[in-house]
Amino acid sequence: MKIEMTVNGEATAADVEPRLLLAHYLRDVIGLKATNIGCDTTSCGACTVLLDGESVKSCTLLAVQADAQSVVTMEGLSPDPGSLHPVAAAFRAEHGLQCGFCTPGMVMAAVGLLRENPTPTEREVREGLEGNLCRCTGYHNIVRAVLLASGQDPDTARPGAAGDGLVAPGFSVGSA
Amino acid sequence: MIPVGFAYERPDAVEGALELLAEHGEDATVLAGGHSLLPVMKLRLGTPELIIDIGRLSELSYVRVEGDEVAIGAGTRHHAVETSDVVAAEVPLLAAVARTVGDPQVRHRGTLGGSLAHADPASDLPAAVLALGGTVVLRSLRGDRYVPITAFYTGVFSSVREPDELVVEVRVPRTGGAGWAYEKFTRRANDWAIVGVAVVDGRVGLVNMGSTPLRASATEAALAEGASIVDAAMLADRDTDPPADVAGTKEYRRHLARVFARRALTTAIVA
Repeated sequence: MKIEMTVNGEATAADVEPRLLLAHYLRDVIGLKATNIGCDTTSCGACTVLLDGESVKSCTLLAVQADAQSVVTMEGLSPDPGSLHPVAAAFRAEHGLQCGFCTPGMVMAAVGLLRENPTPTEREVREGLEGNLCRCTGYHNIVRAVLLASGQDPDTARPGAAGDGLVAPGFSVGSA
Repeated sequence: MIPVGFAYERPDAVEGALELLAEHGEDATVLAGGHSLLPVMKLRLGTPELIIDIGRLSELSYVRVEGDEVAIGAGTRHHAVETSDVVAAEVPLLAAVARTVGDPQVRHRGTLGGSLAHADPASDLPAAVLALGGTVVLRSLRGDRYVPITAFYTGVFSSVREPDELVVEVRVPRTGGAGWAYEKFTRRANDWAIVGVAVVDGRVGLVNMGSTPLRASATEAALAEGASIVDAAMLADRDTDPPADVAGTKEYRRHLARVFARRALTTAIVA
């Protein structure tokens, strides 16, 4: 089946089997390898990309489902290497990665989250990234990075709904 | 993991989907969000010959108040349900339950109609619609059928939907300010409910306590007769037949149903 898809602002087209997954289209057909396939079972979120602006797991979409739509991958966030996307820059500033395998999915999920909720609380960041797993368990700095990318100071960002007491242990700094 | 090959059709209107279903029936599988279907196909536990993709039919994506009901298009995605002002005001239970499905990426794709049609007894939304006393609208070239959710499910992954029928709408009563709560117990974040309990307006729906979503009828009757929440909740597992699996034994699930019924009823009625 012939499909056309805008990927990172550029038109792409291919004749694909309907069973081809979007993740494989991105990696193998057009050669963009930033999108990682981790669990391949809709759990880990490493393959997260934006489809018409919304975060989706590209291992659980057929490429034909994205026909005539727009996809953004990690490569498309910072097309100019001299100027990182604010979320990518924040991950760098806060060291929001350890091994880096989950990072493209985390960043894309964060971009999607901030598009829907530009100034999330710490708790909203954690819940907004619940579909992404970091097996290094490096969540602490990932959450700080997303708060920074939203223009907030991670050291003073609101923990969550007032009085809900659901601050993650060890997150808050200072006397608390 | 790569699915077995299949033919793919993406009709541009519901009418086209109905024609394909009428022609191909049992050999066709409907794809909406695909977040239950594609994992099954990738594991090759499902090998449909024809996929009919209704995921882009905007005519199936809407939320509107109609009389004393809210009508929700079957193709309305969980994210749209959880963020709808109309759902939040008229059927707050449904918004809250939609928010507990999967994760944000899943909720961007999964649809209300797909979740109901998939008929997984461990899914959240079927039990919520059951507690609400909703109606599933089935459409085929033969016409429309309005099936009360209480008569929709026939077993695990099965319903009264005929092979040529499409779930096109879900209708739920406007519950407005009536007390509601959803309690869901999972072992890990994002897992299916080991047991879930949805309460609204004195009705109680159970997740994963049998081969279909169930109503805790004994609990509802006891409440109606004036029993205390604690006493009524102790009946929540009556006439259920929960599964036993790695997540828990039957007796463990019965215990959870009673505990979570008590908590949900307390939230719904007292809070």
